[in-house]
Amino acid sequence: MSNLITISPSPHIHARESTGQLMRGVLIALIPAFAVSLWMFGWSVLIVTLVSVLSCMAFEYLIARFLLKTMPSITDGSAIVTGVLLAFCLPANIPLWMVVVGSLVSIGIGKMTFGGLGNNPFNPALVGRVFLFLSFPVQMTSYPVPMGFDTPLTDAVTGATPLGLLKEGIRNSEPLQDLMNNIPQNMEMFYGKMGGSMGEVAALALILGFFYMILKKIITWHIPTIILGTVAIFTGILWFIDPTQNANPLFHLLTGGLMLGAIYMATDYVTSPMTIRGMVIYAIGIGILTVIIRRFGAYPEGVQFAILIMNAFVPLINTYTKPKRFGEDLKNG
Amino acid sequence: MIRSFPKGGVHPPENKLSASRPIAPLPLPETVTIPLSQHIGAPAEVLVNRGDTVKVGQVIGQHKGFVSSNIHSSVSGKVVKIDHVLDSTGYKRLSVVIEVQDDEWIQEIDRSAQLKQEITLSREDIIKKTLESGIVGMGGATFPSHVKMTVPKGKKADWVILNGVECEPYLTSDHRLMIEKGKEVLVGMKLIMKALGVEKGMIGIEKNKPDAIAHFQELCSSENGIEVFPLKVKYPQGGEKQLIKALTGREVPSGGLPIDVGVVVHNVGTAHAVYEAVQKNKPLLERVVTVTGDHLETPSNFLVRIGTPVSKLIEAAGGLPGDTGKMINGGPMMGKALNSIDVPVTKGTSGILIIPDQQSKRKPVAPCIRCAKCLNVCPMGLEPYLLMTLADKELFDRTEQDRILDCIECGSCSYICPANRPLLDYIRLGKFRVSQIIRSRN
Repeated sequence: MSNLITISPSPHIHARESTGQLMRGVLIALIPAFAVSLWMFGWSVLIVTLVSVLSCMAFEYLIARFLLKTMPSITDGSAIVTGVLLAFCLPANIPLWMVVVGSLVSIGIGKMTFGGLGNNPFNPALVGRVFLFLSFPVQMTSYPVPMGFDTPLTDAVTGATPLGLLKEGIRNSEPLQDLMNNIPQNMEMFYGKMGGSMGEVAALALILGFFYMILKKIITWHIPTIILGTVAIFTGILWFIDPTQNANPLFHLLTGGLMLGAIYMATDYVTSPMTIRGMVIYAIGIGILTVIIRRFGAYPEGVQFAILIMNAFVPLINTYTKPKRFGEDLKNG
Repeated sequence: MIRSFPKGGVHPPENKLSASRPIAPLPLPETVTIPLSQHIGAPAEVLVNRGDTVKVGQVIGQHKGFVSSNIHSSVSGKVVKIDHVLDSTGYKRLSVVIEVQDDEWIQEIDRSAQLKQEITLSREDIIKKTLESGIVGMGGATFPSHVKMTVPKGKKADWVILNGVECEPYLTSDHRLMIEKGKEVLVGMKLIMKALGVEKGMIGIEKNKPDAIAHFQELCSSENGIEVFPLKVKYPQGGEKQLIKALTGREVPSGGLPIDVGVVVHNVGTAHAVYEAVQKNKPLLERVVTVTGDHLETPSNFLVRIGTPVSKLIEAAGGLPGDTGKMINGGPMMGKALNSIDVPVTKGTSGILIIPDQQSKRKPVAPCIRCAKCLNVCPMGLEPYLLMTLADKELFDRTEQDRILDCIECGSCSYICPANRPLLDYIRLGKFRVSQIIRSRN
């Protein structure tokens, strides 16, 4: 027997799960979408992702070490997840220095300003994405046309996203039917053959990751399903009222960052509510805001703003959706 | 249908290593140390002096007040010391140290193995006998049992629930008792029911003990009013409030007692002790203790005299493994770490668990990522992450509003936390401070 025995309060055993494992699980769930993206947009996907991940990790380390003077904890994998998610909502042909700027904003302003992991009110990857989107609108919205592995690293053919085409077309009063003929078919959009950010194009691959995360109990089904359901219902109502002005619900579900946002961004532990009831409110809010921005706002794409806006409500939601206490309903007899 | 409590809970590895080992009487030690406070409530008043000779079953500590318990000598021999001695709680308590000589029992105790089923005593006499025999809750809470056999004025008991859940990993003492002494346990339960004037009884057993379930179903087939319920294997199924919810659907109100919803819960060990006390005149002087651990040579269940040093039990189970890092009085979820193996077995010692060195240290604490796992596993519907933060920031008023006192300290939150946060440590601190604040208000 060693001379020193441990004395500590109960419990004396611990479940095997760790923060690092949860983060690894999210990364594994993102592999299919990454593979599709690589297949659609070529090697630049790998480069952008690597730059994003490495700069996120580097900024987290440097800020923790030299500005906050705390122990850097980049080994927990959260900076890697932020890096991958940021890369996934960038176009594959974005200049690499912008990726670095985006990482700095994500980690520096989105996360470390608030005290690092667990304290940030907004999803860091989205903070970086929105910063880039508002600062460099041209580069952020000229997406490469998917050409497969042969896509050259520079001078790729660029085009708009289906949502962008739609918004532009409706603004110019083009008939919806003509517009729909110019964009990829539903099946193509489902497996990812359309213009868009690196990680958002492949609905099928993203859903695959969603099932993996549910299976591994990393997230519950509530937030993504309710967001997608709300969007489907809301756009369905609009479509029913006037099919010449509104795209069908399936189009909305398969385009833009909705899948990526609903499955991977809105479910971020730190910035989403704690209880199921809270999650329902939060997810419905994201769904409604997404459709409002897409249909009535200035931007073609709404999910990024919708999530950030609902992030801000999370503390309030948590306060008003406490779990049901055991023995709460009964009077003390 | 398999019943369970609806909300929260975890499922740690069961590790019931000693489940198939029959209860074996442990040889008498050379000396026993019997603390005068082995129960919740006032310590007993010592009745013997240094140099006195005592017999097995003799009262050596007289209960003081209603919430207190008698203490009996578990051996025969000479009182060599009455002093403050370290016990399993980590505090020094007034104890009677007896040097063992022979094994001479007092006359009144019926030591035959014969089952005595017919109940002849009145309600009052059953309760009196329980009090005199020093019986306390043997699941670990050590609350004096006679108190829980008396219905307070204005309340009514509908059910007696016998707790045979044993949801703590590793522990098997209740399991073995149910298999080997099932008939006695059942008579004990009927005594408790008679004392409370209750007609209906339920026995809850987790379904990882199919032999015990089958045994009791057979025993109860001829009983009117006592039913056996298999329960889902989920920790803390054996928590009093969780068990009541699982079996009756009733929720004990916050701050209330089981009797508020017409239920009284007793552990199988307690029922067995009540049987022995009432039917056999045998006070609580020995109990079943599981000695277990992954690296222990022979995990075992021993019948141990109260006051036996823990070291004797470990010796009998093959000795302390070389890589021991932690020793626990009780199970891994709610047990207390021991700082010495010289402390005595007391009425509440259900098990001794030896944890190897590499599993005994806590992992480094990481920031809370609000994964909500603690909130999802809390069987009381609390928000452990929030209570920890509030307790850390000394916002005790808010911890009180968020029902910190409802915490049953099951440890599910700390167990599940992927960031290894010591949630329960802070909640305990908060509970302690809130209790102080509440007391200072009155």
